[in-house]
This record gives sequence, structure tokens and C-alpha cells, in this order.
Amino acid sequence: MADVTNAVAGHSAEITNQVHWFWGKLSWDIFPFYDPLILGTFIVTILLGVSVVGFVTYKRLWGYLWTEWFTSVDHKKIGIMYMILATVMLIRGFSDAILMRIHQALASAGILEFLPAYHYDQVFTAHGVIMIFFVAMPFITGFMNYIMPLQIGARDVAFPFLNNFSFWLTFSGVVLIMLSLFVGEFAATGWLAFPPLSGLEFSPGVGVDYYLWSLNIAGIGTTLSGINLIVTIVKMRAPGMTWMKMPIFTWSTLVTNVLIVASFPVLTATLALLTADRYLGTHFFTNDSGGNAMMYINLIWIWGHPEVYILILPVFGIFSEIVPTFTRKRLFGYTSMVYALCVITILSYLVWLHHFFTMGAGADVNSFFGITTMIISIPTGAKLFNWLFTMYKGRIHFELPMMWVIAFMITFTIGGMTGVLLAVPPADYVLHNSLFLVAHFHNVIIGGVIFGIFAGINYWWPKAFGFYLDTFWGKVSFYGWVGGFWVAFMPLYILGLMGVTRRLSQFEDTSYAPLFAIAAVGVFMIALGVVAFVVQIAVSIKNREALACGNDPWEGRTLEWSTTSPPPYYNFALTPRVYALDAWQHMKENGAKAPTSGFVPIHMPKPTASGLVISGFMTVMGFAMIWHIWWLAALGFIASVAWGIAHTFNYDRDYHVPLDEVTAIETGRPVAVLAE
Amino acid sequence: MANPTHPAEPVDGFDFYVAEDEHHEPGTMLGFWMYLMSDSLIFGILFAVYAVLGANYAAGPAPSDLFEIEKILLATAFLLLSSITYGFAVITMQEGKQKAMMLWLIVTGVFGLGFLAMEVMEFMHLAHLGAVPGVSAFLSSFWFLVGTHGLHVASGVVWLVVLLIQVQKHGLTPANKRRILCLSLFWHFLDLIWIGVFSFVYLTGVLL
Repeated sequence: MADVTNAVAGHSAEITNQVHWFWGKLSWDIFPFYDPLILGTFIVTILLGVSVVGFVTYKRLWGYLWTEWFTSVDHKKIGIMYMILATVMLIRGFSDAILMRIHQALASAGILEFLPAYHYDQVFTAHGVIMIFFVAMPFITGFMNYIMPLQIGARDVAFPFLNNFSFWLTFSGVVLIMLSLFVGEFAATGWLAFPPLSGLEFSPGVGVDYYLWSLNIAGIGTTLSGINLIVTIVKMRAPGMTWMKMPIFTWSTLVTNVLIVASFPVLTATLALLTADRYLGTHFFTNDSGGNAMMYINLIWIWGHPEVYILILPVFGIFSEIVPTFTRKRLFGYTSMVYALCVITILSYLVWLHHFFTMGAGADVNSFFGITTMIISIPTGAKLFNWLFTMYKGRIHFELPMMWVIAFMITFTIGGMTGVLLAVPPADYVLHNSLFLVAHFHNVIIGGVIFGIFAGINYWWPKAFGFYLDTFWGKVSFYGWVGGFWVAFMPLYILGLMGVTRRLSQFEDTSYAPLFAIAAVGVFMIALGVVAFVVQIAVSIKNREALACGNDPWEGRTLEWSTTSPPPYYNFALTPRVYALDAWQHMKENGAKAPTSGFVPIHMPKPTASGLVISGFMTVMGFAMIWHIWWLAALGFIASVAWGIAHTFNYDRDYHVPLDEVTAIETGRPVAVLAE
Repeated sequence: MANPTHPAEPVDGFDFYVAEDEHHEPGTMLGFWMYLMSDSLIFGILFAVYAVLGANYAAGPAPSDLFEIEKILLATAFLLLSSITYGFAVITMQEGKQKAMMLWLIVTGVFGLGFLAMEVMEFMHLAHLGAVPGVSAFLSSFWFLVGTHGLHVASGVVWLVVLLIQVQKHGLTPANKRRILCLSLFWHFLDLIWIGVFSFVYLTGVLL
């Protein structure tokens, strides 16, 4: 076992030291196929890839995909592409989770042959990075992209090209991180790559470089998307939609994107400094020559804590849309919801130090950050009570979205309470970096973000596609996820209290084995939930005729339900005018009629391939930087800048949809069903 | 309402649909402001890093051994003057004088290049003295802060050249005016950052 580890580590060190002028660090030794697990995954991936490409080619869909999807600037299509990307990456990240749970269940029982330590370290790093950056982020960005413009009565986002570009930059990050599975290695440092471990001295291989370039390229996309969505909300709301008439999901989108714009540059700068340490020999975070690794921990968490609110605030918005709809009441305490969102936004910048109480900032500093952390639970608690009071005396419809909401409210509350426990610095000294912490953040991220994403998918799918999602498989997925979550993570709380630290690959004490075995059972229950989710989508698409629904199937309250399902590419033939919060509900109550004539030509942006092309060049640049192929990196950089400049020479970016086309679309399909 | 049979006519006093195609004023300037805010965060981090690491000389040279404040002052003058000339460019643009505006932009670009040349000379001088980024955390953070600003100025100059070509080709169209105003914001923003660099890095470096 130890031999294998040393051999792998030695292998990795060996391939780093030779840099060819043309090939960089690339050589025949970089493919980690000495590991049968990776070889098997590689073969399956290749087969899957070939069959997808073959299918698309056979069906002659490349042209369609290119013109209708890849180059599209339609916020709805970009939103759906984000969702597909996130779903694929969810399966990847979840495979890592299964590996870890199997490994720890076996290792704690004394069976150590499953994963070599070096491979295990890469697996937990990849799991964290993928789940946060390439599952949770694309899911919530997808929702914000798809739903928000519809809710404010806009035709698209403020900068449609930038939106497409942001998506492809995220995709670029995904390509790099997926490549690391088969070409070379990934970081073995944990998901935030703390130096000095992630520095050149202790991680000489390409793993950390994959991490850095993947996240930096994707991070730029996220920042641009944040700017885009803020401007959209500020500038493009339908007439009459004042701030306090904005749907609550749009509010949560606004504060989330403020957080993105105010925190992702910190990530970019911090990762750039670590990149400099690794490529230019600087001493920002090194042990020697005056570097300070603790500064990295501070900087990365100044981004990292707002990041967890970037994930959770949009799903708070999703829940706040679902609860009123399925209780047939308006949201209780809309104003306090808005203020709670804003307060959480501000407070999320004042708590970052609670991630490293044990680093030694002293009792005064620790108590300040402990108290600010506990204060955050006040606005969050206010939100939970608002949802409860909305349900109180409501006519609750237990459809799938509402089931997810209730599972969330219970699970998230428990997770929040263990979070408040961790916010007490003396308690944190015992629990820091233990499995208790791992159980806590999975409790809030799965119980909050993931449950919210599934609630949102079940809620808005009929809007996006015009048919319901299958209920049976939806329920299987629901019980798999919710039940599996509790079985998988409650043992980790106990193990954490017993003193097991996170990221352990080997155990001396077999008394942990039963609890790890239970956790492994839980992960397979979640696997059932993941599979059932995919089956649910497949079955629903197959039975779409039988599942067809109207434009407003849930009796929604906000503007996205006032247009057809799926919406036409211009969203609204005539821009709605807003008089009240819950604008669509107000329209229905006052007998608004969908327009059938009086249309005008609609001003729309043109599709462009520039986003895809520039991101492609940047992927090449990233790959070349990772492997020290300097000439190719320079070429990739110059090409992406040159294409970007060339793009600015195109002034012909929009057009008017002819009146005939608008009329044909609006009269040739069922128009919005209005209040009888 | 142009069409008397328009179905979206007011119902009970509520006019639920906008009859004309809704036009939003472009959000480009707001978006660009927001980009600048995010960029200033990057500089904020670099300043903070310099504040933390700026005294870690690691037995290498200190600021007073390296900085030639007179030359830095000249470079600063170049950059500040370029901001003024950019201001003149914007004024002439608003008067619709395309030629004069392009002339002022060229002057701005020349000042920008002058600043960059001074900076490159300074870096070469430092490299000649052996004060390269790998020597100490102080030099790492110094090179990175000043270098990042320099890269911004360089990309500003490239942008300026691109804009000159675009104005030459298409004239002072609304799109081009918007671009010139965006670059104006960018240029003044870099000036502001440089004032921070000059006072915080160079002045305190030689005075303290």
C-alpha cells in the first residue's frame, strides 16, 4: 500500500521536472492509467463521448445545436445550458462522493486497498471544487438567467453576448477540470488549496495548476455574469415595477449578484497571487523569504464566506416563490424578507474568520467573528418564520416543489443549528476540521441549496417546456435524496464528536467502522435519488404529451406565468405594465386579457459565436499554462484578445423581429390562460 | 392607443400592456462602473497584500535602496496629464469635433506610452540591481501591484488605438461615444489607482 503511494507520488514528481520547449511537461507518462479505476472511468467516458457525438452526427443535429444553442444569446437557452452542465457535473461530483464513502467504510474496517492515499486526496479535492463551482454555481446561475428576466418583464438580459460568453467561460473551467482526470492529475490539497501545501514546494505536479486555471477562467465568467444580471435588474424592469414590487426571487438574484461582483474579484486576485508563487517564484504565501500563508487563508475566505451566501440566497428566493404559490396566499412578510436578504448580504462579509478560529487570531478577534456569525442566524430565522406563517392557514398543495420546501425547512434548520454551535469559538477548537464540520456544511448545502434546486426544477420545468415532470419518479428522487441525506450525514456528526478529522484515508481504530458503514448506505440511497432524477426527466420527456400543461399550471403569482409555456424567444409580445407586487396575480384578479393584436416589431439581439471562440482560445491557453507549453499559451492568449477586439468591430448586433412573425407566433399558439 | 380594437386596453383603470416596443436606455455605463468597482477590489487586495508583506525584505533591498523618486514623479506627471488630455477629448467629443477629439486621444495615448516607458525602464533598472520578485515578499508584492497597474495602462493604450480606428471608420456614433466614455472612466480610474500607488508605495517608501 505504502509502496503504491510512494510510487504514485514519485511518479508525479518525476514528470514535473522535464520541460520540453515544444511539448512542455507533456509526455507519455502523464496518463494515470496505472490506476485501474481511472482507466475504467476513462474507457467508459470515451465510449459515452463517442456515442453522444455519434448520435448527434447521426441525427444531423450539429447545425441545430450551433445556431440554436451554442451561439444563442437567448437568456432562456443559456439558462438551460447552465442547468444541463450542472446536472452532468453533479453526476461526476457525486461519483467522487461514492468513492469516498466506500473508501472510508472499507478503510475504517481495516481494508486499505481501495484507493491509494494520493488518489483519495485528489478525489476529495475534486469533489469539493466540482460541487461548489461546477454544480451549485451553474445551477443557481441557470435559474437566475432563466427566471429573473421573465419575472421583471424583460426580453433578455442587459448584455446578451456577455451572458453567452460567461457560460462558455464556465464551460472552459469544466473542460480543464475534466481533463485533469485523465491527463495528469488534479490537486490533492482540499478544495481551497491552502498554501504552503499548494505551493510549488509541496505540490510540484500539475494538479494545483489545473485547479488554478480552471477556477480563474470560470471565475471571470461568474463576475461578468454578476455584472450583467445586476444591470438587467436595475435598468430593465417592466414599467411600474418599483423596488418593493419586485418578485422576491428577483430580489434574491439582485443581492446574490451584488455578492458575486463584490467577492469574485477577491478570488481572482488571490488565485492569481498563488499562480504567481507557482510560476514566477514570488513569495506571497511561501514559508521562506517573508511570505505569509495565513494571508491566503484570510483572502480566500473573504471570498469563500460570501460564496456560501451566493449559493443559498437564490434558493431562499426559490422557496419564497414556491410557498405562496402552493399555499394560495401571498408571501407573509415580503418587506421583512427583502430586508433579511439585504442584511444577510452585508453580514456575510463580516464573518469570514470563523472558518479558522484555530489559526490564532486571539480571543478578541475570535469573539467578534463568533458573534457576527451568530447574528446571521437572526435574518435567516426570520425567513423561516415567514415561510411558516405563509403556510399557516393556507391551502397547502403537496406537489413536488412543496415537498422539497418542507424537507428543506426541517433539514436546513438542523444544519443551521449545528452551524451556530460551530460559531462558538471554544466549541470550534474541538470541532474544527472534524467530520462534524463536514456534516454541518453538507447539511446546509444539500438540505438548502440542493433541495432548493430540485424544488425549483420541479416548479419551473412546466414553464420552460410546457409539460409537468413525472410525479412518481420525482417522489422516488425526493425520498432517495432526503432519506439518504439523513442516513449518510448523521453518522458523520457522531464521528466528528468522536474526534475523526476530515479527509482521512487511513484509520488505526476499527471502532469507527459501523458508523462509516451506515454513511455508505446513505450515499447509495442518495445515488438512488440522483438516478431517479435523471429517470424522472427522461420519463417526462417521453410522456410529454400526457404531461402537457397550460401556461399557468400552478396558479402562479409572478410575471413569468403570464406568458406562454414555453415562452416565445422574445418572452413577451407586449411588455406588461406592473401595478402591484405579485403582478400576474393582480392581472388575473382584474381580468387582464392577453393581447391578440396590436403587436409591434420587437427589438432583439443577434446570436454570435464570439463567446464560444474566445473561451475556446482561453481553454487552450489554460491547458498550455498548466503544462508549461509557453508558445501555445502565448498563442492562445493573443488569439483570444485578437478575437475579442475583432468582435468589437461588429456593430450589427441587433435586429427587429418582423410584425408578421410576432403575430404568427402569438396567434398560432395557445395564448396565456387568464382568470375566468 | 393607436389601434382602437387593441385588446390590451385599460381594464378597470389598469392598462396592463405597453403598446409600443419598450426601449431601455443601454446599461453599458452602469455595467462598466460595476466592472470598475470589481477591478478596484482586485487592486484593494493587492494594496492589502503590500500592506501586510511590504516590510518583509528577507535580507534583500528595502524601498529606500531602490526607488528613484524623481523619475517616478515624472511618470506620475505623464499619467496625470494624460487624464487631463482625455478630459479635453471628451469635451471636444461632446462638441462633435471628431478631428480634435482624435487628436486629444492621440496625445493621451502618447502620455500613456511615456508612462509605460518610464515604468519599463524602472523595472529594468530593478532587475539590473537584482531586485526581482523572487527575492522577497516585499519585492513580490511591489512588482505585482505596480505591474498589474502597468498592465491595465497597457491594455488601455491598446483599447485607445482600437477606438481611434473605430471612430475613423464609423464616426461619432452613439455606440462609439459610449465606448469613448467607458475608456474615459477606465483611464481616470487608473489615474486614481496610481495616486494610491504613488503615495502608498513610493512616497511612504522613501519618506518612512
